[in-house]
Amino acid sequence: MKVKMLSRNPDSYVRETKLDLQRVPRNYDPTLHPFEVPREYVRALNATKLERVFAKPFLASLDGHRDGVSCLAKHPKSLATVLSGACDGEVRIWNLTKRKCIHTVQAHEGFVRGICTRFCGTSFFTVGDDKTVKQWKMDGPGYGEEEEPLHTILGKTVYTGIDHHWKEAVFATCGQQVDIWDEQRTSPICSMTWGFDSISSVKFNPIETFLLGSCASDRNIVLYDMRQATPLKKVILDMRTNTICWNPMEAFIFTAANEDYNLYTFDMRALDTPVMVHMDHVSAVLDVDYSPTGKDFVSASFDKSIRIFPVDKSRSREVYHTKRMQHVICVKWTSDSKYIMCGSDEMNIRLWKANASEKLGVLTSREKAATDYNQRLKEKFQHHPHIKRISRHRHLPKSIYSQIQEQRIMKEARRRKELNRIKHSKPGSVQRVSEKKKRVVAVVK
Amino acid sequence: MSSSRAAESSLLALNQQEELEDLPREYPLSTSEDEGDSDGERKHQKLLEAISSLDGKNRWKLAERSEASLKVSEFNVSSEGSGEKLVLSDLLAPVKTSSSLAAVKKQLNRVKSKKTVELPLHREEIERIHREVAFNKTSQVLSKWDPVVQKNRQAEQLVFPLSKQQSIFAPIEHVVSGWKARTPLEQEIFNLLHKNKQPVTDPLLTPMEKASLKAMSLEEVKMRRAELQRARALQSYYEARARREKKIKSKKYHKLLKKGKAKQALKEFEKLRKVNPAAALEELEKLEKARMMERMSLKHQNSGKWAKSKALMAKYDLEARQAMQEQLARNKELMQKIQVASESAEEEGGAEEEGEPFVPDVVNEVQVKADGANPWMFRNHSSDTKEAEVQGDPEELAEPAAQEAPESEEEGPVVAEEILLKEFEERRSLRQKSGLNQIAKLVGSQETKDPSSQEVLSELRALSQKLNRENHQSRKQELSSTRTVLVVQREEPAGEEEEPLLLQRPERARTLDELEELGKEGCFQNKELPRAAVEGQQLERNPSNHLGVPREKKRKEQMIDLQNLLTTKSPSMKSLAVPTTVEELEDEERDQRQMIKEAFAGDDVIRDFLKEKREAVEASKPKDVDLTLPGWGEWGGVGLKPSAKKRRRFLIKAPEGPPRKDKNLPNVILNEKRNIHAVAHQVRMLPYPFTHHQQFERTIQTPIGSTWNTQRAFQKLTMPKVVTKPGHIIKPIKAEDVGYRSSSRSDLSVVQRNPKRLSVRHKKQLKKNSVD
Repeated sequence: MKVKMLSRNPDSYVRETKLDLQRVPRNYDPTLHPFEVPREYVRALNATKLERVFAKPFLASLDGHRDGVSCLAKHPKSLATVLSGACDGEVRIWNLTKRKCIHTVQAHEGFVRGICTRFCGTSFFTVGDDKTVKQWKMDGPGYGEEEEPLHTILGKTVYTGIDHHWKEAVFATCGQQVDIWDEQRTSPICSMTWGFDSISSVKFNPIETFLLGSCASDRNIVLYDMRQATPLKKVILDMRTNTICWNPMEAFIFTAANEDYNLYTFDMRALDTPVMVHMDHVSAVLDVDYSPTGKDFVSASFDKSIRIFPVDKSRSREVYHTKRMQHVICVKWTSDSKYIMCGSDEMNIRLWKANASEKLGVLTSREKAATDYNQRLKEKFQHHPHIKRISRHRHLPKSIYSQIQEQRIMKEARRRKELNRIKHSKPGSVQRVSEKKKRVVAVVK
Repeated sequence: MSSSRAAESSLLALNQQEELEDLPREYPLSTSEDEGDSDGERKHQKLLEAISSLDGKNRWKLAERSEASLKVSEFNVSSEGSGEKLVLSDLLAPVKTSSSLAAVKKQLNRVKSKKTVELPLHREEIERIHREVAFNKTSQVLSKWDPVVQKNRQAEQLVFPLSKQQSIFAPIEHVVSGWKARTPLEQEIFNLLHKNKQPVTDPLLTPMEKASLKAMSLEEVKMRRAELQRARALQSYYEARARREKKIKSKKYHKLLKKGKAKQALKEFEKLRKVNPAAALEELEKLEKARMMERMSLKHQNSGKWAKSKALMAKYDLEARQAMQEQLARNKELMQKIQVASESAEEEGGAEEEGEPFVPDVVNEVQVKADGANPWMFRNHSSDTKEAEVQGDPEELAEPAAQEAPESEEEGPVVAEEILLKEFEERRSLRQKSGLNQIAKLVGSQETKDPSSQEVLSELRALSQKLNRENHQSRKQELSSTRTVLVVQREEPAGEEEEPLLLQRPERARTLDELEELGKEGCFQNKELPRAAVEGQQLERNPSNHLGVPREKKRKEQMIDLQNLLTTKSPSMKSLAVPTTVEELEDEERDQRQMIKEAFAGDDVIRDFLKEKREAVEASKPKDVDLTLPGWGEWGGVGLKPSAKKRRRFLIKAPEGPPRKDKNLPNVILNEKRNIHAVAHQVRMLPYPFTHHQQFERTIQTPIGSTWNTQRAFQKLTMPKVVTKPGHIIKPIKAEDVGYRSSSRSDLSVVQRNPKRLSVRHKKQLKKNSVD
C-alpha cells in the first residue's frame, strides 16, 4: 500500500539566518483586505503629519567670519569642503563633517566679490574690490611659509564675479565686460561686451562648456559663446537680474534670480518667454543654485529666507528661515544633492537638509521601503484637502507672512484693474498678457 | 560747353585732391589761381539761386558748380551740383583725338562693364549678423540634448550619479604574471598544472576551450539549450506515454496496435520504394526473411502451448475459437507469397522495377490495394476457409458482407482500426473522468463480450420493438415504421460500428426531447424490463433519432408556439373580456394603455418604485432603542417575554426627524444621507494632470501598499523618482553619459583662431594645462 505523506519544503519556512524576518504566508484575496482606500488615506494622512513633525532641516551654523558672507564655492572633488568669501576680504575653507574652519586667508582688501574652484580642486580663484584676481592653493601654505597667492592679476576695473571653466584651464570674470582668461596669462584671451554696464555675474554652462551666461545691471541677461568669441543673445527683463544658474542636467535651461522677487527659468533657445516663473519670495532674490539632479533649485533672498523650488513648479515646496538669519546673500546646493548651504549678512554659513524631514545616515531596507511607501502615499493623496493643508503648512516669520498677504492684495488689485480695463474698453483693443510674457521687455538679437 | 568745363575742373580737382583731402569742407579753396573772379561768379550764382527759390518751387535744387568739387575722392568722380549724371563718355570725349591713350580707353571701357562694389555694412550690423549666426549654431548644438532631456523628465526613476563607474576587471593574467610560486605546495600545484599543459599565465584558456568559446556565441548556446530542453521534455513525454500504453491490458488493443504498426510499415515501405529503391530493397529483404522465418518456425501453427489450450476450449468458447482463427490467418498471411501484379502497378512502379525478375508479395499486396481491389478479400478468403472448420455464427457471416458497403474505399480496414484505437483511447479517458458509473460499466462489459452479446442484443431489440409498437401504435406510427426500417439497416453495419454509438448513448439520453420521450414511453419499461432491454431499445432508437431530428424538432416547436400563444394571449384575452364602449377616442386610449400594460405585463415598475421608496423611508427613519433586559426584575427563560409594561418603560422612542423632502413628491426619492463629515476629506475639484474624474478615481482606488500587493509589485509601485547615492558627487550630465560623442574641439579654439595674439611659449603652456 502506498502511504502518502505530507511533505513541506523547508525553504518556505526556514530562515537563512537568524536575522532574517520570519516569512509570513500572505493571502492577497481582496475580500480579506477590505477598505483599501480609506486605510491608505489614513496612512497617507499620518505620513504627512509625521513628515511635518520630523521636518527639522537646520543642521549647523558655521560661524567665524567677521563680516557678511558674500560668496560661497563648492569643492569639485570633496563633499566636505566648502569655501566662503566675506565682505572684509577674508576667505575661509570649511570642513563640513567637523563643522570647523580649516583654513583662513586674507585674500583681498574690501569685498571678496567672487570665488570659484578649479575643476581639479587643487586651487581656487578669488576676485575682490581691489581690482585683482588671485589664484590660491587649496591646501594652504606649508609650515613657516607666507600665505601668498599663486598668481595675482591686477586689472583696470573692479571684477564683480568669477567662474571657472568645467574642463579646461580657463576662467571668466565679469565687471565692465566679460573677460575670458587663460590661467597662465595676465591679460584676458578675449573680452566680450555688448553695451556698457557693469555685469554682476557670469556662469559657465556645465554641459556645453563653451557657453556662458551673464547678467548686467541694465536689466539684461546676455549669453556668450566662448568658441566663437561673440555674444549670442540678450534678453531684457523688467528688473535687474542678480545672478543666473544653469541646470546641470538640461543644457539649455537656466534660471535667473531677479530683483522683482521672482525667478525666471529660461530655455536659452527661446528667450522671449520664460519656461516658468517662480514666485514666492517677498523681496529681491539674490542667489540661486541648482540641485545636481537638476530637479530642484534653491534661491536665497533679501527677505531673510531661502526657498526650494521644483523646476517645473511655480511655487516653492519649502522655505527655510531662522530668527537669526538676516539677508541671505549666497546659497549653494551640495554636490551630493543632500544639503544646502547659505551665507548671510550676519556672518554665518548655515547648513540645511535639502529634504526637511529626511532621516540622515544609513537606512535599513525596511526603513527605506517605509519611507518610499509613505512618499508615494503622500503623492497619491496630495490633492485631498486635509493632506494638502497639512503638507503645505509652514511657519513663517511675521514680516514675511504679512508681506505675503500684502502682496496678495496688491496682485489681486492689479488683476482686477486689468480686468476692468478690458471690460470697459473696446473688445480686442486691450489684450491680456500672460504673467510669463509680461516680465520680458525685449529680446535683442 | 558747360559739361566739358565741369569735366575739366573735376580733372583739375583730381590733381589737387591729395593736398586738399584733409581740409574741412566748408572752407573754399583759397590757394587756387583764379580765386577772384570765380568767387564772384559763385556769389552771383548763389544770389540767383536764392531768388529763384523764393517762389517756393525747387527750393532744394542743388547749386551748379563750375569749379572743382570738394567731394572728390579717389574712387569715383562726382558730378554733384551739375544737375545731371556724369557719364564716362563725357570724360573721354576730349581724349578721343589722341591715339596714345587707346590703352587707357580700353581699360576704362572694361571698367564700365563692371558693377560697383556695395558699401560695407555698419560695424554694429555686422556684429548683429555674427551674433545671429552664432546663436543659430549654438541652438543647433543644444538641440541634440532635447531627446535626453525629454527622456529624463519623463523617466520613472533616475539614478544618480549617472555615469556608473565600471568596476575594472583586471585580467587574471595580469594579476598572476607578477606572482611566483614560493611555497612547496604552490610549486607542486604549478608542476601539476604544467604537466597537464594548463596554461598558467597568458592565454589562460587551453586552445580547446578557446575554440569552443569561439564556436558558440551566447545566443547560440541559449538556442541550443532550449532545443535540448524541448527534446528532453518530449522524450519524457513519450516515455510516459509508452509506459501508459504498455500498461493497457486489453489484448485487443495491443493486437490492433500491432496490426496498425504493420500497416504503417507497409505504407512507409511503399513510399520508400518510390523514393529510394535501394533502401526499399533492403526492407524487402527483411520482409522476405521474416517470411522465411515464419515458414521455418511453428510459431503460428497450432502446436504451441497456448494454441493447444485454445483448441481445447474452442468447442465451448467462441472467443477462443476466434483467437485460433486469427492466429492461423496470420500464419497464412505471413507465409503467403502473392505473385499477382497488375499492369498498371507495374507502370507505376517505374523503370527500376522492371529489372526485377519477380515482384515480392508485400509490394504486390499494397499495389493491389492501391488499385482499388478490396483488401478484405484476403481476409475473407481465410475466414471463409476457417468458417468451414469453426462453424461461424450467422452474425459473423453477416459482418464482412455488411462491411463491404462502407469500406469500399481502399484503406477501409486501416481506418476502421484507427477508429477502434481511438475508441479505446476515448473510453479510457471517459472511464477516468466520469468514474465508473453503472452504465459505463455495463457498456464496457458489453464491449468486451461484443461478439457473444450480439445475439442477446438482437433479441432484446426485437422485444423492445414489439413493446414499442404495442405502446405507441396510435401516436407514432410513422415513426416506428421508420424505426423498423432503421433497425433493419442497423443490423447491417458491423459490430465495430456500434460501439461509438454505445458510447454516446448516455450523453444523448440527456437531451431534452429524449427525456420527454423517456418519460412518455419508458415509465413501465423501467419497471418491467431489465436494464439491458432499455439499453437495447435506446441503442436502436439512437439512429432513428439521428434521422428523426427535424421532425421531432418541428413537433417541439409547435408545442412551444402553443405555450407562447397561451402566455402572450392571456392578458389580451382579459382585455377582450372588458366591455367596450361606443366612444372611439376612449377606445383608442384604452388600447394604448392596454398595449403598454401588455408590454410591461411582467414588471410592475410603479409598484416596485413605491416599495423601494417605502423601504428608503423606513431605513432613513430614526430607530427606537429598546433597553429592556429580559429576566431583570421578573422571571425569565425560554418562551417568557418581558411584560408589556416593562417594555413600554424601557423603550426609548426616537425623536421624529424633520419631514422628508420628498414627502409630497410621489415619484421621487430624495436621498438625505449626504455625510457632511466625509465631505471635508473629499477632493472638490479635478486636480491638474487628470482630464477625467474616472482617471483620478482609478488612481485613488488602486492600492499601493504591501497589504494588497505582492512584494515585487509593491516595490515597483513605491519606487522613488530620484535615487542618489549617499556620499557620491553627482556631476553634471556629460555627452558620454548618454552615448553622444563629446566634441573633440577644445573650447579654447577662440585662442587658436587668433594665433598672433599668443606666443609659442604660451601655446605650449596652454596645452600642458589642458592636459592636467
